[in-house]
Amino acid sequence: MPEPAFTTHRLTKVYGEGRSAVHALRGVDLEIPGGEIVVLLGPSGSGKSTLLNIIGGLDRATDGSAHFRDRNLSQMTDSQLTRYRRDHVGFVFQFYNLMPSLTAHENVELVTEIARDPMDPEEALALVGLRERVDHFPAQLSGGEQQRVAIARAIAKQPDVLFCDEPTGALDSQTGRAVLEVIRDVNETLGSTVLMVTHAANTAQMADRVIHFADGALREVVVNDTKLSPAEIDW
Amino acid sequence: MSPLDHKLLRDLWRMKGQAAAIGLVIAMGVMMLVMMTGLVASLSETRHAYYDRYRLADVFAPVSRAPDRMIAELAGIDGVSAVEGRVTGQALIDVPGEDLPVQARAISLPDRGRPALNDIFLTDGRLPETGRTDEIVLLNSFARAHELAPGDMLRATMNGQRRSFQIVGLAQSPEFLYTTAPGELVPDDARFGVIWTSRSGLAAAYDMEGAFNEALIALTRGANENAVLSAADRMLDPYGGAGAYGLADQASNRFVAEEITQMDAASRVVPPIFLAVAAFLLYIVILRMVQAEREEIGLVKAFGYTNAEVGAHYLKFVLAIAVGGAAAGCLLGIAAGRGLVGLYTTYYKFPFLVFQLDPGSFITGFLVSVLVASAGGLLVLRNVFALTPANAMRPPAPPDYSRSGRRLGGLKTFLDQPSRMVLRRLTRQPGRMAGAIVGIACGMALSVSMLTLFAGFERTMDQTFSVVDRSDVMVTFTHPLSAKTLFELQRIPGVERAEPVRNVSVVLRNGLRSHRGALTGLPSTPDLNRALDADMEPLVLPAEGIVLSVPLARTLGIEAGDMLAVDVREGRQPLLQIRVASIAHTLLGSPAYMQLDALNRALREPGRVSGAYLTIDEALQSDIYRTLQDMPTVAGVSVKSDARAAFEAIINSGAGATRFVYGAIAFIITFGIIYNAARIAFAERTRDLASLRVIGFTKAEAAFVLLGELAVVTLLALPLGALMGYYLSFGIAAGFSTEFYQVPADFDPGSYGMAIMVVLGAALISGLIVKRDLDRADLVSALKTRE
Repeated sequence: MPEPAFTTHRLTKVYGEGRSAVHALRGVDLEIPGGEIVVLLGPSGSGKSTLLNIIGGLDRATDGSAHFRDRNLSQMTDSQLTRYRRDHVGFVFQFYNLMPSLTAHENVELVTEIARDPMDPEEALALVGLRERVDHFPAQLSGGEQQRVAIARAIAKQPDVLFCDEPTGALDSQTGRAVLEVIRDVNETLGSTVLMVTHAANTAQMADRVIHFADGALREVVVNDTKLSPAEIDW
Repeated sequence: MSPLDHKLLRDLWRMKGQAAAIGLVIAMGVMMLVMMTGLVASLSETRHAYYDRYRLADVFAPVSRAPDRMIAELAGIDGVSAVEGRVTGQALIDVPGEDLPVQARAISLPDRGRPALNDIFLTDGRLPETGRTDEIVLLNSFARAHELAPGDMLRATMNGQRRSFQIVGLAQSPEFLYTTAPGELVPDDARFGVIWTSRSGLAAAYDMEGAFNEALIALTRGANENAVLSAADRMLDPYGGAGAYGLADQASNRFVAEEITQMDAASRVVPPIFLAVAAFLLYIVILRMVQAEREEIGLVKAFGYTNAEVGAHYLKFVLAIAVGGAAAGCLLGIAAGRGLVGLYTTYYKFPFLVFQLDPGSFITGFLVSVLVASAGGLLVLRNVFALTPANAMRPPAPPDYSRSGRRLGGLKTFLDQPSRMVLRRLTRQPGRMAGAIVGIACGMALSVSMLTLFAGFERTMDQTFSVVDRSDVMVTFTHPLSAKTLFELQRIPGVERAEPVRNVSVVLRNGLRSHRGALTGLPSTPDLNRALDADMEPLVLPAEGIVLSVPLARTLGIEAGDMLAVDVREGRQPLLQIRVASIAHTLLGSPAYMQLDALNRALREPGRVSGAYLTIDEALQSDIYRTLQDMPTVAGVSVKSDARAAFEAIINSGAGATRFVYGAIAFIITFGIIYNAARIAFAERTRDLASLRVIGFTKAEAAFVLLGELAVVTLLALPLGALMGYYLSFGIAAGFSTEFYQVPADFDPGSYGMAIMVVLGAALISGLIVKRDLDRADLVSALKTRE
């Protein structure tokens, strides 16, 4: 097994306090190897997005620890977390989260501006097949195109880790498949570790490893020896 | 250009309507500051330049008759740089078509060359030719008031002799920017003339050959004016010196100085208040605007932008609006200031204009705008930065309405769903609502205080000309006469009542403070011209002691019971010590009253009067004026309706007129505040409102939810604004009050009613504009999940 990208130890996240407290993560111990496509599966509220947010440096754990390689994310200051996101992490969100006032090209540029070793925005957009639409605003793009811009934005920095939270959640099957292909290509060409949260179980067929979540706890980790390409996935 | 800067520009463009509305409010605040301080700076500078260029004297020394050789002696006083002796005298001008002769002052011009001091600015025609004693130059403003021009003939009575003159020129003079007839309170171009003619001719008319009766003195820089005054008084005393006085006490200058002081005082009080209100609004709006950007802030942070980078981006955004507004305000302020200064230059009869700006106003305007906007922006950013990016990107949890829901309690049964939505939002977000309420209340307060100020001016007018002075006509005698003269006046057919008055020219002193003016002797319970107490009830003048008006008591720093030094400047010129008996309320002038008998006793001139107040039968007005004109002891007759009109003209076109400028801007700011409140409420609720429409609410029903909130906030703001306005009006009225006239800030229900109409009107218009946008909103795009 390759060197782990992430290790968590008794990772706990509680929202709110007292009677209204919600236990999103209940002491999760986990190891995620680098360079793999890892899919986190589970019903709504099972804690998968919370985990993603914490190891993505977007949120803080209530208790326990999370390491990226040998660095303890739980002990990082805000500015260290910012540095971490800037240098290592790419995000793709369910609702694309593009800046409506920026064109596709500028949305990507938003990230390449501050990244350490970015690719050219044009190149990133070409990778997701959007070379022709670089000067369009999000409002002028379809949902699938918007998501591809979001992916271009995430990969343009050549991230060590690509976090995708329900990347196909708002897309039809055909578009969803195309998006997943782009994600796989990134994993293969850039060697980025991909962490994908979804509740579409069939997506798991393209993963190296599938982690099942329920009620804020890890239920099962399955290593997938029969990895399919997105085109082969049955929707 | 970085993508964040692209975003900045596009966001500004997208929100241009709102950005402009916010910018406008701050622009109005800054414009007012720049304009009014510029006006004050320009007028003071122009006045100084005018005085300088036409060599206006620093000291005026009237005397009965001093030989010309005294000029050289006066010039020898330490600190004196130039002395000019001239002959002046009272005159009466017969104006064609007028029943009453008009009082005038005749002033000598040197037979050769220009006067060394108090030169005149010839606007039309020429100076009298050497040796021509029948040629005169007339004060331009007086000539225009009576449509006289060079070439016209003018008849005037000088020293009892009727003479005919030809007008050869018109002139302006820094000495006579304002002219007030003796015994009158209000300057009036038409009611007092100034004639310049050759020294030799005038000397013959007033028996002043080889002599002068007024010395003009210019001082060297840094000279001790008081020392010069004392020295001049000592030298001229043997020749009937009436007491030298400085430029500060010169009538015209005092009036212009008061006007500029009034503008200065108002400009120190009013624009900062406007700016503060605008700044408060800017703060509230920026606060809510940045709050709405919370998710984008979280997103940019998720990409790895640092707090400093994100903060800088949003600060640029708010500063673009604030600085844009401040810059627009400065430019508007310069343009409007220039226009206003032009108007006032004409009004004050300055022959030229020195336009000046107060650099401090720009700095203040920019600093306040930038600081306030940054504070608003930073406050929100700090809160957003305290959240993890994951939290910030999540739309805020739906506010918990359960508590306020319970609070509505029994009301629930009476309210339909939309009304409940309005009420719950108001009770659930009290901080936000309080901001909106205080904002609108500030607008209400501005309107209330400006309208109260307008009413205050009317009140000053009414009180002065209806409550204090109830006469129709005031007659001034050439010199103090026996009280029996009153019977003569009373015998004139049509004169209903005649009440005596004695005006004595005095200098009142309390320690180092002094005031040059008149002491007015009246019957103990006068009927036609009365002193009032603070409750507007007539005061009974005491048998002993002096009654001072409030502004005079303030100037002298004296209270009832204190002793006041009264330096009489006519007759035997005694120096008296009189106790201050009480303080009288007045809105016009700074009068000092004494009971007539007490005054005469103090002067040791029993039974003397210097004039009378009359009530007359209007039908016989012309006959009465003709009779008065023929009485040799009558120096002047002033008609109250003329004085009232003159006062009205002064407060509506002089410094008092700036209240209209302030008022207009107050209304614009009020509207801006309410419009912004409506816009922001709309922006914050776009999605809720679209949802309502989607589930089948009509446009009107959806609008009710939004406008209902605006209506409730506006209604709650009214009483608060009224209260704030009540206190604000005192400050603003004080800013407009001068030594010449006071503006009361009394509670005036009409002003409050009007202010309510202004605020409700602004709310209605804002509501309609926002409703139009709501009706046009694209439901689908409004409902789309935020990208």
